[in-house]
Amino acid sequence: MKLMMAIARVLAILALMASGSALAQKPIKIGFSMALTGGLAGAGKAALIAMEIWRDDTNKAGGLLGRPVEFVYYDDATQPAKVPPIYTKLLEVDKVDLVVSSYGTNEIAPAMPIVMRKKLVFPSLFGLAVNDEFKYDRYFQIMPSGPEPKTDWSKGFFELAMAQNPKPTTIAIVSADAEFALNAAGGARKNAQRLGMKIVYDKTYPPATTDFTPIVRAIEATNPDIVYVGSYPPDSVGMVKAANEVGLKAKMFGGSMVGLQFAAIQKNLGPMLNGIINYDFWVPEPTLDFPGVKEFLAKYQAAAKGKGVDPLGHYLPPYAYAYLQVLGQAVQAVKSLDQAKLAAYIHKTTFDTVVGKVKFGRNGEWAKSRVLFVQFRDVQPDNLEQFAGPGKRLVLHPKEWKSGEIVYPYKK
Amino acid sequence: VLSLDLFANAIVAGVLLGGFYAAVAIGLAITFGQLDIVNIAHPAFVIVGSYVAYIVNTHFGLDPVLIGVLVAPVFFLVGIAIYRIYYAAFERTGQESLSGLAFFFGLMFIIEVVLILVYGVDYRLVNAGYIGETIELGVVGIPFRMLVPFVVAITGTTAVYVYLSRTFTGRAILAVAQDRLALQLMGANPVRIKQFAFGLAIATTAIAGSLLIIIGPVEPSVGRLYIGRVFAIVVLGGMGSISGMFIAALILGIVETLVATFMGPSWAPAVAFGLLLLTLALRPSGLFGR
Repeated sequence: MKLMMAIARVLAILALMASGSALAQKPIKIGFSMALTGGLAGAGKAALIAMEIWRDDTNKAGGLLGRPVEFVYYDDATQPAKVPPIYTKLLEVDKVDLVVSSYGTNEIAPAMPIVMRKKLVFPSLFGLAVNDEFKYDRYFQIMPSGPEPKTDWSKGFFELAMAQNPKPTTIAIVSADAEFALNAAGGARKNAQRLGMKIVYDKTYPPATTDFTPIVRAIEATNPDIVYVGSYPPDSVGMVKAANEVGLKAKMFGGSMVGLQFAAIQKNLGPMLNGIINYDFWVPEPTLDFPGVKEFLAKYQAAAKGKGVDPLGHYLPPYAYAYLQVLGQAVQAVKSLDQAKLAAYIHKTTFDTVVGKVKFGRNGEWAKSRVLFVQFRDVQPDNLEQFAGPGKRLVLHPKEWKSGEIVYPYKK
Repeated sequence: VLSLDLFANAIVAGVLLGGFYAAVAIGLAITFGQLDIVNIAHPAFVIVGSYVAYIVNTHFGLDPVLIGVLVAPVFFLVGIAIYRIYYAAFERTGQESLSGLAFFFGLMFIIEVVLILVYGVDYRLVNAGYIGETIELGVVGIPFRMLVPFVVAITGTTAVYVYLSRTFTGRAILAVAQDRLALQLMGANPVRIKQFAFGLAIATTAIAGSLLIIIGPVEPSVGRLYIGRVFAIVVLGGMGSISGMFIAALILGIVETLVATFMGPSWAPAVAFGLLLLTLALRPSGLFGR
């Protein structure tokens, strides 16, 4: 009987020890909302794949602070109104340890008041000038738009224009009636005015626009040297097709057209893209071969197969991985989840990520802009593979990442 | 800047755009206009048509419009099946007004979610030799990407118009909305007539979907953008009038492109819907309503 009691005591002690070790292994929960359905779902789902790769890589390497990392996330359906309740639930019900943002300006801004009230560090994914209004000192935005996001965004495009001989003097600005595109167009307007350019067309179009040929014809009638477009994927396709059909004669065409970075759209538009100068964040040019980026993309491309998302993943996924790298490196360095310590560390540190070195400025944007302006060149019809390697999207700006010379006028 | 070239191009672009709107709205002119069924899921079926065109075009290289025509009979059968469910669950018990609307809302979400689960959320596009090509007629440029939908729309509208006005079933469809009892007395079964008409309406979405994906990229939720516009066209045309629907679509297309060209595109929906309100104020039954 005594022996039985002794065995029972030993078992009880072992059980207690096991539960103690399980407590030590309690996962670090990272919460976020993500656009998994609706208009931005293409980007949101691709971002989620990249984030899951980071989570798995991190857990394989022993987790954060010796604890495994777990995600708690909900679909915001690309509806800003759904974002505040999601973050409230994440913080009040799910009790997550850390939060990061959804994808895109429209989905980031609604989360800010909730995150700010809790004084949480808020790494965010591709928000344009969100913190201009909030001025939150724990906001860190991974898109390399620079310290003055609205104007820095298009600065490179205008520097390229002004380097041409003769210099362009007139510009048409057209953008979608939505937050990001309006911000991008606003920045372009300021840059154009600063450089003394004459704005000959400056209009917006509604999101449900079907045919862009009337808009391109109206622009063409003003005979601008430059056409700067702020658009979302379906509109970007419509605008490029209309420009080709109308035979747009501007010398530079492009700017902030979202969608021209996505493989399916690139493949479909094919040679219509040639000469267009558009923003991008990463392209497979030799000047942007950062440590780890190719390994990451290999994992992403394997994971993305059959999921109906961008198969190459050059545009957003590396940054979705990188914003978690920043958070993870900060947690490991300060050895704590203390939000004040994390924010202070992120502010003062230069991080090594798959998108290169990342240093944040006072307002949580990149300390120095790295918006790339790339020109589509020698694009062949109906060929996806051509975009996997270098030579199709040459980096023209900034100079330190430059990989080719501009063709000007764009349809030479 | 008011130039004659620009004006002529805007009118032509408006006519072509209106043709496309008519192709999308024709099915709704039957369901909503004639059968009095508020099929809010109509644009979602159009998106299904786009996906079918995309899948077959990608794998077999067939022309998207041809695909739309070939799969239309399958859509017809799907339409009949949906109407049977709708009839059994709501119409027979007289609950079609609110519950029926909820049914079609639900159907729309189910279609979207299934498309997302099966095909993901990436933008889908098709290839056809004429996409990107333009015919120049003097100062007017006509993109094939818009011309093809217009030609298909005018053919489809004429076919539906002739069918409804010249055949027994067609006239029965027109009659079922007006006087169900009288139709029964003539020896026709109103439920069978309505299910046939609903099938026909859904069959048109297969072709409309193939036209949509010729014009631009498609993702599962893009159909929502067209809900307001297609209902407006049907109402403006005069509920149930096929020719009225076509003219209303042309008016909306022309107004949109004229405003987009000369005032700015952001004004286009406001002016177009303003015109709708004005028309309804002056003619509550629409342009061609009785």
